[in-house]
Amino acid sequence: MSWIDLGPVTDIPVRGARTLKTALGCVAVFRTAEDEVFALTDRCPHKGGPLSEGIVHGQSVTCPLHNWVFDLNTGVAKGEDATVETFAVRVEAGRVLIDASRLAGRSAA
Amino acid sequence: MTEKLVIIGAGMASGRMIEHLVEAAPDAFDITLFNAEPRGNYNRIMLSPVLAGDKTYREIVTHDEDWYAQHGVTCRFGEPVVAIDRDMKVVEGAHGHVPYDKLVVATGSIPFMIPLPGRDLEGVIAYRDLEDTQRMMSMGAGNRVVVIGGGLLGLEAAAGMAARGVDVTVVHIMGHLMERQLDEAAGYLLKKSLEAKGITVKLQANSKEILGQDGHVRALLLDDGTELPCDLLVMAVGIRPNVALAQEAGLAVGKGIHVDDQMITSDADVMAVGECVEHQGALFGLVAPLYDQAKVAAQTLLGQETAFRQKTLSTKLKVTGCDLFSAGDFADGETREDIVFRDPARGVYKRLVIEDDRLIGAVMYGDTADSNWFFGLIQSGESIDEMRDTLIFGPAFQGGSSVDPLSAVAALPPEAEICGCNGICKSTITEAIEGGAGDLAAVRATTKASASCGTCTGLVEQLLQVTLGDAFRVPAAQPICGCCDLTHEDVRRLIKSQALKSQEAVWQELGWKTRNGCHVCRPAVNFYLLADWPLEYQDDPQSRFVNERKHANIQKDGTFSVVPRMWGGITNPTELRAIADAADKYNVPTVKVTGGQRIDLLGVKGEDLPYIWADLNKAGLVSGHAYSKGLRTVKTCVGTDHCRFGTQDSTGLGIKLEQVLWGSWTPHKVKLAVSGCPRNCAEATCKDVGIICVDSGYQVGVAGAAGMDVKQTERLADVPTEEEAIDLTVAFIQLYRENAKYLDRPYKWVAKVGLDWVKARVVDDLEERARLIAAFELSQSIYRKDPWAEHAKEADRYQTLADLTLEAAE
Ligand code: SRM
Ligand SMILES: Cc1cc2nc3c(=O)[nH]c(=O)nc-3n(C[C@H](O)[C@H](O)[C@H](O)COP(=O)(O)OP(=O)(O)OC[C@H]3O[C@@H](n4cnc5c(N)ncnc54)[C@H](O)[C@@H]3O)c2cc1C
Ligand code: SF4
Ligand code: FES
Repeated sequence: MSWIDLGPVTDIPVRGARTLKTALGCVAVFRTAEDEVFALTDRCPHKGGPLSEGIVHGQSVTCPLHNWVFDLNTGVAKGEDATVETFAVRVEAGRVLIDASRLAGRSAA
Repeated sequence: MTEKLVIIGAGMASGRMIEHLVEAAPDAFDITLFNAEPRGNYNRIMLSPVLAGDKTYREIVTHDEDWYAQHGVTCRFGEPVVAIDRDMKVVEGAHGHVPYDKLVVATGSIPFMIPLPGRDLEGVIAYRDLEDTQRMMSMGAGNRVVVIGGGLLGLEAAAGMAARGVDVTVVHIMGHLMERQLDEAAGYLLKKSLEAKGITVKLQANSKEILGQDGHVRALLLDDGTELPCDLLVMAVGIRPNVALAQEAGLAVGKGIHVDDQMITSDADVMAVGECVEHQGALFGLVAPLYDQAKVAAQTLLGQETAFRQKTLSTKLKVTGCDLFSAGDFADGETREDIVFRDPARGVYKRLVIEDDRLIGAVMYGDTADSNWFFGLIQSGESIDEMRDTLIFGPAFQGGSSVDPLSAVAALPPEAEICGCNGICKSTITEAIEGGAGDLAAVRATTKASASCGTCTGLVEQLLQVTLGDAFRVPAAQPICGCCDLTHEDVRRLIKSQALKSQEAVWQELGWKTRNGCHVCRPAVNFYLLADWPLEYQDDPQSRFVNERKHANIQKDGTFSVVPRMWGGITNPTELRAIADAADKYNVPTVKVTGGQRIDLLGVKGEDLPYIWADLNKAGLVSGHAYSKGLRTVKTCVGTDHCRFGTQDSTGLGIKLEQVLWGSWTPHKVKLAVSGCPRNCAEATCKDVGIICVDSGYQVGVAGAAGMDVKQTERLADVPTEEEAIDLTVAFIQLYRENAKYLDRPYKWVAKVGLDWVKARVVDDLEERARLIAAFELSQSIYRKDPWAEHAKEADRYQTLADLTLEAAE
């Protein structure tokens, strides 16, 4: 794993998200009410809605376009046969770290 | 041969270590015990019960003079050690040297004092030792004390003094109390319990300066300018390991004194225990691990094989009536699952955090009877898969009972208002039911409750069921969503009658089953709170749909549309030029004239929003709220200005209305129109509020529709003056804001409550009309402003957090 520092967790709104540009498209980094962080591909498999703009509740996010609900842990859409990719992120000493090797790894594949 | 053992610090850790030593090998060491405090070991954590008057100091002394004498411990109390000479193996006390073979540093920690101006004033203290405690005990009724810090120590200090009649205010910088041990829900309940004890709690309050008079503390000044007068100021904001002595002696020190698993420092003959140490990067602030350290240290001294291991910790607060428990990890980590249980009737909240079929964290408030059992499960790490469904009910659970959906209503106090229209409280209704009113109609007949607008029907039915039990069956009402058992109307009513002013208050008092709602209920609750408590509640953008959070309409490709306001449909060349320039500058693909008499810039990129807004602002253009559940447009026709049929200044009235109403949030969007004559060129007869000008004045119609349903407006009233037309409009919209269900347009809401009910309040009852207008104005004092201008200042928020494509390129 190669962890990249994305800056202080406070840069992400509580119960909100910010996006990352990667070589392979946008990744949304979410922060829950309990300061947990999650990273998912920022593209709804339904019609491409930006998940980073959705309402974050508990450990889920609702797509802003047509309300599909995704589990932030697994990327699985509730009641739909669809999943978005998830990436390892964690908070250490108040900083958000993302595993960039996986992001790179995906490009190689 | 007896070795010379010198111990620096007679605290809880060293006290326990000496016990182990003398018990296992009474004659192994010749012990000298230094202590800076003028006394020996006492149970420091019991200072809080001493402060509260539940215990005396004598009762918390763990080792008295006899005990030391009996075990041959040489006591040098009130004598701080000033230096350690490791080459000579000598400790230098204030009154003389003592040589050692083995040395144990147990200096504990030092309270952290925020470096505020004025912190050296007399009357500014910490909470650490008996002197501090006695100082607080000297306060009584008539004294005012401010405590900075809403953690364990600060709250115990506050509660102890409040029990003595002191007027106590707790100032805490975070959004909820004890944020390191509790989640928001438990923090909310704790605050409520402390407030019930008469303690004032100020959250998100940043201290700026301590003000003094004649060298003594006089008040605490907050960032926002508030002054909190006080006779004593207690700072309880955290502790730092007391490492100065060890550091000067050249021992390896990070945040604390480095020790290995055997509690040995970087010097083989020097050990350290207690809050002054750092073990594998961790610091310690609770006694449980210190007792483990004490045992390990004693065993090491006796040459036994042993190792200190860090364990999961749990916290309780020693304040009577505040039953809380927290353990393990309930914040960070992935792949975890929550189980939440709330019983508003008993003020109980429990949350369990599960990962890989194991319990890893627990937070409880109000009922901590099973906390040890849960703590055991966390420590053992055993699989809870088999009992997952019933886990939260604790070890005694035998199957069968389930959460009662009626508990929120059952918990209401007798004086809680149920029917707002008729001012009927809970006890009046339950008394009527007990007196024989067995169904809704009978309750309505005897008490009038729910006989007016009818929105409290659900609550009255629940009261019937709570009072009569199975003898009454509630017709199934639609709850807002799966997170709760109450309808929109019930939630609205309870927010008002119970004065619930935060989301946490709603989740807890109304028995929400999830941590913080979902995309269905949270936007609704956010609106209800801001509509009912405009000054107290702060709008939460994260509880809004993307359009309202971003102040622009999201489109199918993730770009946005930007619609500036054109008051009453009037514009001018400067505005048009600014719009044209913005369209050029930001490569706006589509510029369209909307159905609402203004211009839409479609296809703007999210990151450009703050900049295009700033440009439009410069030309005086503000947000048109084309995205909001709020005032959209006021369409007008040209009226008397130009038209040969115009009877009144319809354009002027439209502009005035738009200027009064803009920025307000409403249950659903609100659109108006003013036509200059019955030819109705502004299509006023299908709007939420539509005004037709006639020779004799203004015909005010409400509850029209032209979207998914089409419906003509109904006449609210005919009025002679423009001023009255504006008053009626504002009063109608405020009544709608106060009562309608989220996402009901006015026509749907009026169909439920009846136009007569609306007329009675808006038209006939002049006092109520005035109240409605005043309430609207109060809310507008906060919301009548341009959100674009505010957001343009935070352009950073609209940009990506990082661009990893650059990293990859390196
Ligand atoms: C821009 C505009 C169409 C146009 O090009 O003219 C428009 C565009 C949208 N309308 Fe509309 N409505 C527009 C005038 C209307 C009108 C006519 C009017 O206002 O005179 C109506 C019928 C009257 C009414 O309000 O009922 C109208 C009835 C709706 C409805 C149905 C509302 C209903 O209660 O039945 C929706 C859906 C909703 O709000 O839930 C809707 C929703 C929308 C949304 C916001 C859809 C969405 O959620 O993304 C569209 C945004 C497009 C975009 O990307 O910006 N729009 N919409 C008009 C903007 C007017 C303005 O200046 O603010
Ligand atoms: C009011 C209060 C309530 C608490 N409640 C709880 C609770 O409910 N649960 C819990 O687990 N923990 C609680 N704690 C924390 C707990 O008391 C500490 O974790 C524990 O006392 C630390 O033990 P220690 O031996 O490391 O340090 P201490 O008990 O602080 O002992 C260190 C001693 O060393 C002395 N000393 C320092 N420097 C020198 C020197 N140079 N020379 C000589 N002597 C020196 C000091 O005077 C002090 O007496 C509470 C603390 C306070 C203040
Ligand atoms: S009618 Fe309104 S909501 Fe429907 S496509 Fe047109 S703009 Fe969108
Ligand atoms: S694009 Fe996400 S739900 Fe339709």
